Amino acid sequence: MTLLKTVKLRKYFGDTRAVDDVDFTVAKGEFLSLVGSNGAGKTTLVNLISAFLRPDSGQILLDDKDITYASVDERLRAGIARSFQLVNLFDDLSTFDNVALSIFSREGKTLNLMRIADHDQDVRREAEDVLAQFGLAAKRNVAAKGLAQGERKLLDVAVAYALKPRLLFLDEPTSGVSTRDKAQIMDTISSVVRAGNVTAVVIEHDMDVVFKYSDRIVAMHQGAILADGTPDEIRRDPAVAANVLGLPATG
Amino acid sequence: MNLLGSAGDGLSVKRSLALAVPLLAVLAAVPQFVDAYLTQLLNYGLVFGIAALGFNLLLGYTGLLSFGHSAYFGLGAYTAAFMVKYLGVGSMELYILGGLTVTALVTAAFGYVCVGYTRIFFGILTLALSQVLWTLAYKFFWVTGGTDGIRVAFGKMTLLAGLVDFTGPGSYQRFIGTYYYYTLALFACCVALMWVIVHSPFGKALQAIRDNETRARFLGIGVRKYRLIAFLISGMFAGLAGTLWVPLNGLVTPDIVYWPFSGEIVFMTVLGGFRSFTGPIVGAVVFNFLKAYAVASTAYWQAALGLVLVILVMALPTGIVGALSRLAGLVRSRGRREDGS
Repeated sequence: MTLLKTVKLRKYFGDTRAVDDVDFTVAKGEFLSLVGSNGAGKTTLVNLISAFLRPDSGQILLDDKDITYASVDERLRAGIARSFQLVNLFDDLSTFDNVALSIFSREGKTLNLMRIADHDQDVRREAEDVLAQFGLAAKRNVAAKGLAQGERKLLDVAVAYALKPRLLFLDEPTSGVSTRDKAQIMDTISSVVRAGNVTAVVIEHDMDVVFKYSDRIVAMHQGAILADGTPDEIRRDPAVAANVLGLPATG
Repeated sequence: MNLLGSAGDGLSVKRSLALAVPLLAVLAAVPQFVDAYLTQLLNYGLVFGIAALGFNLLLGYTGLLSFGHSAYFGLGAYTAAFMVKYLGVGSMELYILGGLTVTALVTAAFGYVCVGYTRIFFGILTLALSQVLWTLAYKFFWVTGGTDGIRVAFGKMTLLAGLVDFTGPGSYQRFIGTYYYYTLALFACCVALMWVIVHSPFGKALQAIRDNETRARFLGIGVRKYRLIAFLISGMFAGLAGTLWVPLNGLVTPDIVYWPFSGEIVFMTVLGGFRSFTGPIVGAVVFNFLKAYAVASTAYWQAALGLVLVILVMALPTGIVGALSRLAGLVRSRGRREDGS
């Protein structure tokens, strides 16, 4: 069942066709990877869907409802959340507060001035639960700026996940970490996301990671969708091999 | 974690009270041991402490540097002075009510204009708007008394809805002694209120906006609205301080709306440390004593204060409280090491 669909979605930056009439779909419950070389338009596509950017033309449909020009808030309420390529945390807040804030915001409690945040047991329990799922429980009281890079990447995902989205976009959740940490981060993310029944779209460069964790892969090239299929289909696709994997095309 | 409560830590209510109650007891005991002059100086310090506390909700917690807080302090002060001069009101509680109302209205309007901007643009806008008020206070002398100001005699004033007045012999001493406790009580309320605010979900949201505006937006936090509410609260704290300052000073002149006073509020906060909850309060009290002694001992007191600021920024970038809590942290970790060995 289709959860999200874009119809001829377009965004140009001057002469650069960042996203060029893209028809992109996400099915409910899948773990989808968006791949492509730098400048292929992956991040722009996610930016358009998450309301970070406005499209030039085209449509974005969530459950067949048009959200093309909906605000960030409206999209959040409809269930779309995202993380960022460059880690985007609240550096001086504790790991716990970073996650708790998502929950407060989701519950509409952030305008409460007269209650001590730490005394909200429901939020506290939920935040601690999310931290535990992401393996960050021990770092509860550490300021986000004091975390290691791998932990920061996980916390970045946890902050978005705590919004309880139906559709979660993760922009390079393993960039800038060692190969060993990569596997661990992806294991954690995919198990949490699958356990929570969250549909996830992950932008990722590491093809080993992509092939291992994805249900479906969409490859982009020069602002357009080049291929769309299961990991096996994508692995065998000659156009992907030439343009994304950088391998010579084989028969 | 930081003993003195840095912005953004998770100090418990109990631990904070364990620190606040003894301090409050000390503050309450001070007038029994010092003369009226020192009591009055400390009283000024508490009043400025309320203003600095409000100012720091914007600087330390929301990441906005206002160079115009003299405006809100001045609004609180002038409202009380006008109530005396034109309405013949003598009740301190009515001054406070009037001062808060006027400050809230003007702060909301100014804030609405300012919170769309950040960094230097925000600072310049707040400065410019405060200068507008200063010009009004300065030029409309037939209303404001111009540079002569408006005199507010404590003898015509009552506290606690008329229960306490200051007439008859020894009234000045009585006023200094009584008014100190009046201010101290309000000061304690303000500190408690601000403590709750910065530890509330709202306070956390402000800190999130300070750290990362974009991400805050993508959590569904409406950045402008939160900044405006913070601005309003911040201005009202300054306004309350302005009203409380009036009987103490006895005279309201345009100086209190002028930009150098905004600078002094910034100075107090940086001196104490804007990254901690208690920093601005400590800074306000210390600054007030520093200034009083600098003025008394040299004609070049501005130069002396300037020198202090230069040394401060270079040697103690986290202010007095920041330096003290680092010291406390060192002592504690040393103690732990010795225990362990």
